[in-house]
Amino acid sequence: MDARRMSRAVPRVRQVGFFTPNTPVQQPRPQSAAPSSESPPLSDSPASNSLSPVMIPPPRHLSDNLGGRTAAVPVPGRENSGELPTVGSYNPSESVLWLDSPPRSRIGDEELSEGAESSLGWYRRSNSAKFASSLPSGGFNLSTVKHPESVAAVEAKNPLPGKSEAQKEQASSSKPLKAKTTKAERRALQESQRAAKAASKAEANKSGTAGGAPSSKPMKQPPLKKDGPPVASSIAASERIGVDRSVEKERKKDLPPPRKQFDDESRGGRAKRRSVLNQPEARNRVELFRHLPPHKNGTQLPYLQSKFFELHEKHPAVYKVGLQYLAGDLSGGNARCIAMLQAFQEAIRDYSTPPEKTLTRDLTSKIGGFVSFLIECRPLSMSMGNAIRFLKSRIARLPLTLSESEAKTTLCSDIDRFINEKIVLADKVILRHAATKIRDGDVLLTYGSSCVVEMILLYAHELGKQFRVVVVDSHPMLEGQKLLRRLVVKGLSCIYTQLNAISYVMHEVTRVFLGASSIFSNGTVYSMVGTASVAMVAHAFRVPVLVCCEAYKFHERVQLDSICFNELGDPDAISKVPGRVDVNFLDNLTDKQKENLELLNLKYDATPSDYISVIVTDYGMIPPTSVPVIVREYRKEYLLI
Amino acid sequence: MPDTQALVNDFLNKLKKRKIEGSQATAKQTAELLRSVISQTRMPYTNQAAALIHSVKAVGERLIAANPVELAVGNVVRRVLHIVREEDLSLTTAAMAGLNLSAESDDEDDTDRDNHPALSAAAIAAASRSTLRPPSLQTLLEDVPDSAAVPHTSSSGGDSEGKSKSADKSSRSRKLKHDVIEAVNELIQDISTCHELIAEQAVEHIHQNEVILTLGSSRTVLEFLCAAKEKKRSFRVFVAEGAPRYQGHLLAKELVTRGLQTTLITDSAVFAMISRVNMVIVGAHAVMANGGVIAPVGLNMVALAAQKHAVPFVVLAGSHKLCPLYPHHPEVLLNELRSPSELLDFGEFSDCLDFGSGIGAPLLHVVNPTFDYVPPKLVSLFITDTGGHNPSYMYRLIADYYSADDLVLERRTTSGN
Repeated sequence: MDARRMSRAVPRVRQVGFFTPNTPVQQPRPQSAAPSSESPPLSDSPASNSLSPVMIPPPRHLSDNLGGRTAAVPVPGRENSGELPTVGSYNPSESVLWLDSPPRSRIGDEELSEGAESSLGWYRRSNSAKFASSLPSGGFNLSTVKHPESVAAVEAKNPLPGKSEAQKEQASSSKPLKAKTTKAERRALQESQRAAKAASKAEANKSGTAGGAPSSKPMKQPPLKKDGPPVASSIAASERIGVDRSVEKERKKDLPPPRKQFDDESRGGRAKRRSVLNQPEARNRVELFRHLPPHKNGTQLPYLQSKFFELHEKHPAVYKVGLQYLAGDLSGGNARCIAMLQAFQEAIRDYSTPPEKTLTRDLTSKIGGFVSFLIECRPLSMSMGNAIRFLKSRIARLPLTLSESEAKTTLCSDIDRFINEKIVLADKVILRHAATKIRDGDVLLTYGSSCVVEMILLYAHELGKQFRVVVVDSHPMLEGQKLLRRLVVKGLSCIYTQLNAISYVMHEVTRVFLGASSIFSNGTVYSMVGTASVAMVAHAFRVPVLVCCEAYKFHERVQLDSICFNELGDPDAISKVPGRVDVNFLDNLTDKQKENLELLNLKYDATPSDYISVIVTDYGMIPPTSVPVIVREYRKEYLLI
Repeated sequence: MPDTQALVNDFLNKLKKRKIEGSQATAKQTAELLRSVISQTRMPYTNQAAALIHSVKAVGERLIAANPVELAVGNVVRRVLHIVREEDLSLTTAAMAGLNLSAESDDEDDTDRDNHPALSAAAIAAASRSTLRPPSLQTLLEDVPDSAAVPHTSSSGGDSEGKSKSADKSSRSRKLKHDVIEAVNELIQDISTCHELIAEQAVEHIHQNEVILTLGSSRTVLEFLCAAKEKKRSFRVFVAEGAPRYQGHLLAKELVTRGLQTTLITDSAVFAMISRVNMVIVGAHAVMANGGVIAPVGLNMVALAAQKHAVPFVVLAGSHKLCPLYPHHPEVLLNELRSPSELLDFGEFSDCLDFGSGIGAPLLHVVNPTFDYVPPKLVSLFITDTGGHNPSYMYRLIADYYSADDLVLERRTTSGN
């Protein structure tokens, strides 16, 4: 074991083998990794021992590297062959290690985190924050790490799959670049990188022309991004899922990555250039919310439609869903999530792996591109982020033995199962639970239009329970009217009122049922704006508040107020009230008036957990304090599916 | 008399049809109406005050019945009754003092005559007034301005006194009516200038870089904010739109016209935004004796949110909004349901409602209340035209404006004749 460790410690070789394929930029990393690989925790880890049987003759590996590199690096015509001998010559057996998943994750992680993260530290802000809500990195790392060793061993034994995996590894090695880290982590990484840079110079001298050339320009990575078309770069940005991570890394990665702050000047320009849609001008944006992306309203719809053929990378199904988000036709957390997953499913069905690429990596990047497109249309909800995280982990964990068509079928059935288990069946379980809390003679209050709550009401009605429903609505969404219509048609006795009258109606209410967009691990319920007010008034009137929410919407993030993270709606929607022509006070404003007037249309708010009596979820009825437990257990579970 | 009757009926109709918006306008018009009622009242030789009280009460009862939730009407009626009582009291005491004095010393200097009776009359007035209402700090302190009116009347009483008993009577009756009308005019003046008095205090409460939240529209709030703005305070205002009337749009427009940084938010975003707000400043519909507030709908929610985030909740109210009643179940009894068409279009749901079957109650009810009740514990401060007050002080403030006999207007027997 010690001997092996020593061999691994032979430093640059291994790293070169790992990193070169991806981009020349990453050259410096090897040096930084060198010390890290020697560090006891890494080498001592038992998993690394299992590597030894997985030896593959160096030459093949080299070729694999080559293939991988060409696939991953968009820059054409780069002469890689010069490097290859160097790579191989350093330590073939080490490079072979990459084929095996557990060790790779261990070793590779350190390297990645050193080099990749440090560059990432800079990088992340510039382009990736947009994807913040979808960030799947945490889950992904887990998935890789947990990869059963047996599979790895099997694959390693037969050369062909091994080869393909090698390619995958290389491709995936590019992903961690975007992985997010905490500030402290980044600082540490930058320092280590600085040290690495110095080392790299020395190494460059040693390693000769081929190795030396790339390493001499270590900071080249950002330019590389620019080389690709805008869409490609966004794809790349979205896939900062680290496939290779060590265990301790994984623990750190549990931290949700910071969200993109739109008021960050240095980032703004980049995001604007890359975005498909026109960014609305910053006029009349509320000071407090400059960190949030401005609302993109439906007026951009024709523009986006006209760009359809420029965006040929986007699958039509995804495109359609994006347009629906943009136009506001599709709303509601579950509906949006299901539509997105189904679009992805369709895209996966029509997908074929391009030559010289592997399904795992190319598909992940494709999905990343789709996701970034959808984010452009409307920021993702937490639940969608969770779903994307699930999908990506499934892709990453596809057995390499599967053929392309098998892999596609597996993925499609995975998506179906996710929709079915996490949404459809979960809702059914929630119905059962919630219905036990409805008694004859109850007056139930609900706010806005939550599909789960609607199902609960209808279900209880079908059970023959006698109750009345108070539907509370608020401008400008007025979703309650739609709910009211559906309930009245079904024969439920309803009272309709506006949010302001909540104190008036609360006297006779016996239960409050609320939906949620997401529930954070501190018990905060993130839901349609106004929910917090309803819960607060109910709390003041001693009326129990039941929040109905599928567990897949739980998120490990924490939030205390509604300002740090939110979504902005169309500000102009405020000044108009449908069906009320008499409300036209803001119609003919002079320029001077407009200068002073800001319209703020928030979409969500955060309800403090002390207003919540119980959360009805597919795992039963839990207090808000139990959310973090569910988040932890749930995460494990869906990785094990 | 008939033209008064016509005026009263006209006003009654307006009240019943809710044509008059805002408690200030209502209060002013009520006071003006009562003034004309008083001026038209035929004065008997004896017990003139009772006659005035009787006629004011008769009209007042009808006005209150026309719109029981517009508490300003009742407030003004009570204020006028209180004025009549006070004037009558000061007249009688002054007359008594005049009699005594004229018996003692016939011809003195004008100044002397002005001073001595004033003092004695004030003492007697204070003594007898203490039977009318409980003693309060303000009563004790403000006796001096009250009695300032006395010398004038007493001197005139003294003048006429020497001539003949009947002449004195008639002049006293004219005097009473005249004084009452003067006082009512003052009341009208007070009502129309209460905004300025309240706005004057703005600088004491709003300082630089504050963030202020308000809901709906209130002229008092507008004047208050603008007064602070004129004093070169720069601050930011969040205006919640105040559905279903959306008066907040109006207020926002007024504020931006006057150059204030204004952000219009939805009512639902109040909870989200209140964590960044320094102070909530709102207008009121009426302030009850316990310090509770009848306010535009939605304010209870805002007050709860403000309490949760420890944001001061300040209510601006002119003195005509101070109601001497203690509320019981005010959310319902002092509320008014407006037209459902403000929430749902008529006929919008007619397709899914089957009225033809005619069994039982309709499935759909639309609730559109006008007011909210904010309990006193949620209010941090009242700012009236007499200064800032705690909710717990309201009952005391109210005792200065109203006579205890008038609290219940519906019982005719309380008039005491």
